[in-house]
Amino acid sequence: MSDSHVIQISKLHKIYILGKTKVHALRGIDLEVKKGEYISIMGPSGSGKSTLMNIIGCLDVSTSGTYHLNGQDVSGMTDDELAKIRNKEIGFVFQTFNLLPRASALHNVELPLIYNGTGSSKRKELAKQALEKVGLADRMNHKPNELSGGQRQRVAIARALVNNPSMILADEPTGNLDTTTGEEIMVIFDRLNEMGNTIVLVTHEDFIARHSNRIIRLKDGLIEKEEIPEPAEENK
Amino acid sequence: MKPISGQFLEYLRFSYESLSANKIRFLLTTLGILLGVTAIIVIFTAIQSINAYVEGEFSSIGSASLYLDKFPWVITGNYWEFRNRPEITVEDYKNMKDRVPTARWVSPQIEAMRTVTYRGKSLEDVYTIGTNDQYAFTDDAITDIGRFFTEMEVYRANPVCVIGQNVMDELFEKENPIGKRIKINGHPHRVVGVLEKKGSFFGFNIDNQVIIPYTTFQGISFHRRGISIAFRADNPRDIDNMREEIRGEMRRLRKIPPAEPDNFSINQQDMLTEFYNKITGTSYLVVFIIAAISLVVGGIGIMNIMLVSVTERTKEIGIRKAIGATRRNILLQFLSESVTISSIGGIIGIILGVLIAQFLLSYIKLDASVSLTTIFIGYFFSAIVGIISGMYPAYRAARLNPIDALRYE
Repeated sequence: MSDSHVIQISKLHKIYILGKTKVHALRGIDLEVKKGEYISIMGPSGSGKSTLMNIIGCLDVSTSGTYHLNGQDVSGMTDDELAKIRNKEIGFVFQTFNLLPRASALHNVELPLIYNGTGSSKRKELAKQALEKVGLADRMNHKPNELSGGQRQRVAIARALVNNPSMILADEPTGNLDTTTGEEIMVIFDRLNEMGNTIVLVTHEDFIARHSNRIIRLKDGLIEKEEIPEPAEENK
Repeated sequence: MKPISGQFLEYLRFSYESLSANKIRFLLTTLGILLGVTAIIVIFTAIQSINAYVEGEFSSIGSASLYLDKFPWVITGNYWEFRNRPEITVEDYKNMKDRVPTARWVSPQIEAMRTVTYRGKSLEDVYTIGTNDQYAFTDDAITDIGRFFTEMEVYRANPVCVIGQNVMDELFEKENPIGKRIKINGHPHRVVGVLEKKGSFFGFNIDNQVIIPYTTFQGISFHRRGISIAFRADNPRDIDNMREEIRGEMRRLRKIPPAEPDNFSINQQDMLTEFYNKITGTSYLVVFIIAAISLVVGGIGIMNIMLVSVTERTKEIGIRKAIGATRRNILLQFLSESVTISSIGGIIGIILGVLIAQFLLSYIKLDASVSLTTIFIGYFFSAIVGIISGMYPAYRAARLNPIDALRYE
């Protein structure tokens, strides 16, 4: 197994049992993502896109097959082990931002560091740096409801970055934003990728996916095709 | 496992953020614990203060002495059986005084409430005791001024007396009472000593007393009554031997057959203390039950609110789990929240309880002695309630599945 791979997935199956019916959400996925890659996962609803994202994000485990994240086999891990992996290796960015409403921007960004036991002053320092990277240094003490949608998503990106994870996993990051703001957010992802971060985007919009270097199209629980997008000059 | 201490402040901060968002709810939830702890503190403090007072009072009775009486000090059972017993008499005293080898001091005691006068000034209801010179030892009667009367004065039935501080203050003001003649029910007695100040016993002013030889007491008393005989051993450890000696001699004197029960009582200060402890023991139990009920009710309130809180914050739990919170993190977060609620209730309850206890005790002119133990007990119970009632909601929060929790709206 190569160290340069962040994600190595082979023969991944996921079966949900809903009452008496079995739903075969993933039917044998093979996927490798190298360090520094910028990929998009696309597919219509019901394609297994969310299931794959949950497994990649270590929020769920597969029914069979293997998943190595940054060289570690996470297939058989317990809840708490997965929590630690999520904390260390993955930075989540969600469609609905998912910030804690009562905590300031700074405290939201500090959160992953609180759970890995980073000391208070170090934590504030790192959180400030992360907020600076997304251009929100002047909004640190604002609560989410005092921020615009774009600003909230930037706080979420700062939170995803703060622990210096192996990959950033973004689920429809622009889904709740207008086009212009969405584009601003995508510019941040592009820049983060240029700085060496591995990014996995989950989206159903082509013009968003075009920011990545590789598009994985899912259909009925399988990878339908992979494609290298044309650089979308008009969007850059 | 990581130490909790490092993250303790974080959990407090989480609790603060969550509780300050729901202030009214939080205050109402706290109320149950608050009232429970207030009740504990008020009643514990009241009992302890009264205990401290009572212990002080009991120590004013000679503790190393035994008292031979017709009645037991604490009557349990049929009063009439005791009533039919023969009186203890001066004859009994004369017979007994040399027959109890362990008793170094023996004093007969007869008492009555009498009016005492001196140069037109008069003091009613003075506790008048007729006894002998050894009363000074059996009942720790120490003179402040002058002396106690002597064996010879008792033998000769000299009209002498020792007076209490209150009698001196009321009748003599600034005059030196030694050598002056006061009249007890019209019978003149010469003051030879003044007792040191003793204070009061359950509101009864002990200093309002006059002690005279029992040999002159007959003259001021209209009717013959029974007496009490006090025995004191040199060494307090001999008290049990002394009790057996007294008992044996009395039975022999009264010719009581072996199968018959005693027809007299041998009393000791401990009996009062024991009796008192029995009463307060019961009241402690009652307090404990009341407090337990209110704490349980308060605990159920907290549990209820914590369950609501966990449901409302499902999404938050999902977010926290997604970014790396373990089950333990979530468990501790919700536990510290419930402990914070109950502790704040407990702390306010302690403060309120102390204030109320002081206010109430000031009415019966007692100082509230709020002990650290009481405060600790109050806080301990509130924290325990917080932990117990937070356990189940926190456990539910901890086992939420992050995907479902994130999807929750």
